[in-house]
Amino acid sequence: MIRHTLVLAGLLWAGTFALGLPYAVAAPAGEQTANDPLNSPRWGDMAKAFFDGQEVVFDPRISVSGPLVAEDSLNVPITVDASALPGVEEMIVFADFNPILKALRFEPGAAQARLGFRLKLQQSSPVRVAARTVDGVWRVGGAWVTATGGGCTLPSVGSGSPEWQERLNEVSGRLWARIDGGERLRMRVIHPMDTGLAAGIPAFHIEDIVISDENGRILSRIQPLEPVSENPSFTIDLAEAASGGRLHVSGRDNNGNRIDAWVTR
Amino acid sequence: MRRPLSFAGLLLALLIALPLAAQQRSSFDYGLVAQEIAPGAYVIVGLREDFSFDNGGNIVNTGFIVGRSGVIVIDTGPSRRYGEQMLAAIRAVTPLPVVLTLNTHHHPDHFLGNQAFPQDTLAALPETIAGIRSEGEGFNDNMYRLNGDWMRDTEVVIPTRALSAGRQDIGGRDVEFLALGGHTAADLVVVDHDSGTVYAADLLFNGRAPTTPHADIPRWIAALEQLARLPARLWVPGHGDVSASLAPVHETRDYLEWLAGTMRDAAEAGMDMTEVFALDIPARFAQLALVDTEFRRSVVHLFPAAEQAALSGGRRD
Repeated sequence: MIRHTLVLAGLLWAGTFALGLPYAVAAPAGEQTANDPLNSPRWGDMAKAFFDGQEVVFDPRISVSGPLVAEDSLNVPITVDASALPGVEEMIVFADFNPILKALRFEPGAAQARLGFRLKLQQSSPVRVAARTVDGVWRVGGAWVTATGGGCTLPSVGSGSPEWQERLNEVSGRLWARIDGGERLRMRVIHPMDTGLAAGIPAFHIEDIVISDENGRILSRIQPLEPVSENPSFTIDLAEAASGGRLHVSGRDNNGNRIDAWVTR
Repeated sequence: MRRPLSFAGLLLALLIALPLAAQQRSSFDYGLVAQEIAPGAYVIVGLREDFSFDNGGNIVNTGFIVGRSGVIVIDTGPSRRYGEQMLAAIRAVTPLPVVLTLNTHHHPDHFLGNQAFPQDTLAALPETIAGIRSEGEGFNDNMYRLNGDWMRDTEVVIPTRALSAGRQDIGGRDVEFLALGGHTAADLVVVDHDSGTVYAADLLFNGRAPTTPHADIPRWIAALEQLARLPARLWVPGHGDVSASLAPVHETRDYLEWLAGTMRDAAEAGMDMTEVFALDIPARFAQLALVDTEFRRSVVHLFPAAEQAALSGGRRD
């Protein structure tokens, strides 16, 4: 899909030159982001919404991997990766065509600047990650994901079932030692993650997850928003092995319900 | 410098080619051919492709059995047009009335031709009827999106006759129904004892990667074991060629076991779903049509349960 778009764009360029026609590209002087590699008509709005007055550049070292075509618009697996950049302080993920643009914020801290999670998509859209490095510059990567739609305006399964109320914010997770000496954390939290866009169901979502070591030192932080899938799952790679072989996961949803669990190997 | 085809030449070529393509498409002819694979047992073999604007959804095998006094129809295809053209293909073989029209399971390529057949002959297993009732409209919308205008005027018709397993005389033919499952909640297998033909529907794939959106793999494998014990001479898969041997039963089972094992191992190794997408598919499955696409779809269907089992294995306080 992306490849086709690029090839098509290339042909149009070639055609413009070959026919010797005059051409114009709307690129204001000093604006480095006019040529969105994903050719999204929404890029201008995204730049204004998230980076107004800040420096933002497209950077091929930042990747979004996921399916080209979403099999399930309610659960689109996405891995955002800015680990090729040094000094990433925060990352935000957004989808140009979702009714709620921003999906989450991630402070890698002691983790690699890489996060796996699942996303709801309302329709086909670029899925982007922007990473802010210590120099204050936002660096953006992304990919188009084709989706049949409806991901954000459908009620969650949980909102229709009594079971989640008893298990709300329950964490199932596990640690894996990594070859590089680090530690992988995978976890799932029971939560309906209602967007507020389905009739009669208010927005109800986890808004803060903090990962700490056994001494209470904060290692990493995820701040999910409504577009993150129901019963969210996350994959994080910490740079070092967890002391004591365990990590503490804490946080809360937007109604103040607390998350509090230890995860072990 | 050599110039490519001139603009005028290109335009001329387009002017000639476009109306021809439009003409082929506008006839919406699936070109269905009924093959008599055994006396009175027929199959219309579909393409080993995914749904597209070019094939109009003709990717499925349908069939019919002609008895002394009537015809049993096995699945009705992906659209109203397919159903109508299938009925015409049946009429080219026999004038006998359709006495039973079966939907083997609730996937859209197997029941969206129902409009073309006598409504009081439409029958399916109870869970299939429930599935068509709850998911049929969504499937139909999606099929319009995937197949375009081939779908025109296609509407969901829910079968009213609930089938149960058993052997009986239908239209003067000795036929047995097996109520199995695993590909979906209910998968009907039709055994034509007069010819030794097993219409296995989507429990069986041949040379095409199995699809798993509603699959229960252990149950599916158990169903394949049951099929392997049938005294059959011919196997009709839901997708792919008819077989005179058990090869497609083994092939389908091999793939499903690999798929389930891969999901389990990947989850136990702590992989994320996007990493599972990138796993290599063994060379022995390379000849299965659409295996790359179907594997990634199956990861989305099957990995969450494997992942949850692996995560719950870790200690929780």
